[in-house]
Amino acid sequence: MSDLSQSRTFDEFMEGIWRQNPVFVMVLGMCPTLAVTVSAVNALSMGLATMFVLVCSCGLVSLMRSIVPKEVRIATYIVIIATFVTVVDYVIQAVSLAVYDALGAFIQLIVVNCIILGRAEAHASKHPPVTAMVNAMGMSLGFVIGLFALGAVREVLGAGTLFGLSLFGPNFQPWVVMVLPPGGFIVLGGWLLLFSALKRRQEARPAAAGGGHGA
Amino acid sequence: MAPESLGQIFLSAVLANNFVLAMFLGLCPFLGVSARLDTAFPMGIATTFVMLVASLCAFGLNLLLTTFQLEFLRLISYIVVIASAVQLVEMFLKKTSPALFRALGIYLPLITTNCAVLGVALFQTAREYSFAQAMVFSFGGGAGFTLALVLMASVRERLQLSNVPGVAQGTALSLMLAGLLSMAFMGFAGLGG
Repeated sequence: MSDLSQSRTFDEFMEGIWRQNPVFVMVLGMCPTLAVTVSAVNALSMGLATMFVLVCSCGLVSLMRSIVPKEVRIATYIVIIATFVTVVDYVIQAVSLAVYDALGAFIQLIVVNCIILGRAEAHASKHPPVTAMVNAMGMSLGFVIGLFALGAVREVLGAGTLFGLSLFGPNFQPWVVMVLPPGGFIVLGGWLLLFSALKRRQEARPAAAGGGHGA
Repeated sequence: MAPESLGQIFLSAVLANNFVLAMFLGLCPFLGVSARLDTAFPMGIATTFVMLVASLCAFGLNLLLTTFQLEFLRLISYIVVIASAVQLVEMFLKKTSPALFRALGIYLPLITTNCAVLGVALFQTAREYSFAQAMVFSFGGGAGFTLALVLMASVRERLQLSNVPGVAQGTALSLMLAGLLSMAFMGFAGLGG
């Protein structure tokens, strides 16, 4: 029995990382995703800030799920989320002013990140705190991975560096467009193309094995 | 801060620093509602209206909060104001145009979580705009949002007639399109400061 419940907890955790990855599968929370992924460091700090807010607010929402009347639940969730975002905002400002300046208004804009409200409404309001927090943890790890994948590609192509370390030597001509706004759209589009191509191959494989027909 | 003329603020918000294509604000409705032109335009107008109301309220709230030195409550109070403004628009649309109300569907209440709306309120506070500047800024932002939405919807309506490779259908294609539009808008950089 404990084995079963353990594997279910693991499933809850993995769901956000792979099957329902917020960035690549559900395409949620696009605004911070595209705006701050100019470099890998920015992407990681944004991801961690979002993770803190998501896990804390999902835990609290789940604790309060039986007290909050149905009519005002969205407003309650938003206020809970806004509280944690204010906390993160002040913490980042205190810990690293450089990161705070780089992320700018987008830290405060975590409030309107659809992933958080979506998780609070769709999952945390229906599950006990531990499950909700594990699920939120997986979701936010998936978000971090997505942000990092974007930020790393954009930094490598757009500046020739990763975490500020030069990769290609001085002769590299950076693709400046990658760190500009269009690059964000194009790199994310590219990742989505890759994932849908992979999915198609996966779906085609059993068909090909069982008799098979041309593409 | 150098005094900016109202015209400069407006042009910059509509074109050079377009909310959607240059600052990545409000992407969810941008990708979600832009499939058809006849829903994209009203959505733009509704968002613009909410932005104006939110910006007006945020200006007053900010004055109030600074007087009492309660700046840490800024985020929470802004979001509550925006949520009420959206509720207002929703009720208004339901009364005046039920057809449009149904067409916009879930995206209407979701204006609350449109980062462009909260973005307007936060940016005008951060840049210390005066009342007139704030109003022009939010109107420009709304106009820019509508412009981006309408452009995107027109292109996507055309695309439905063309033969797209199966892998690229859906969101991936929309994102590539947005990338191209955004590149076009980069041409406006420098316009209006």
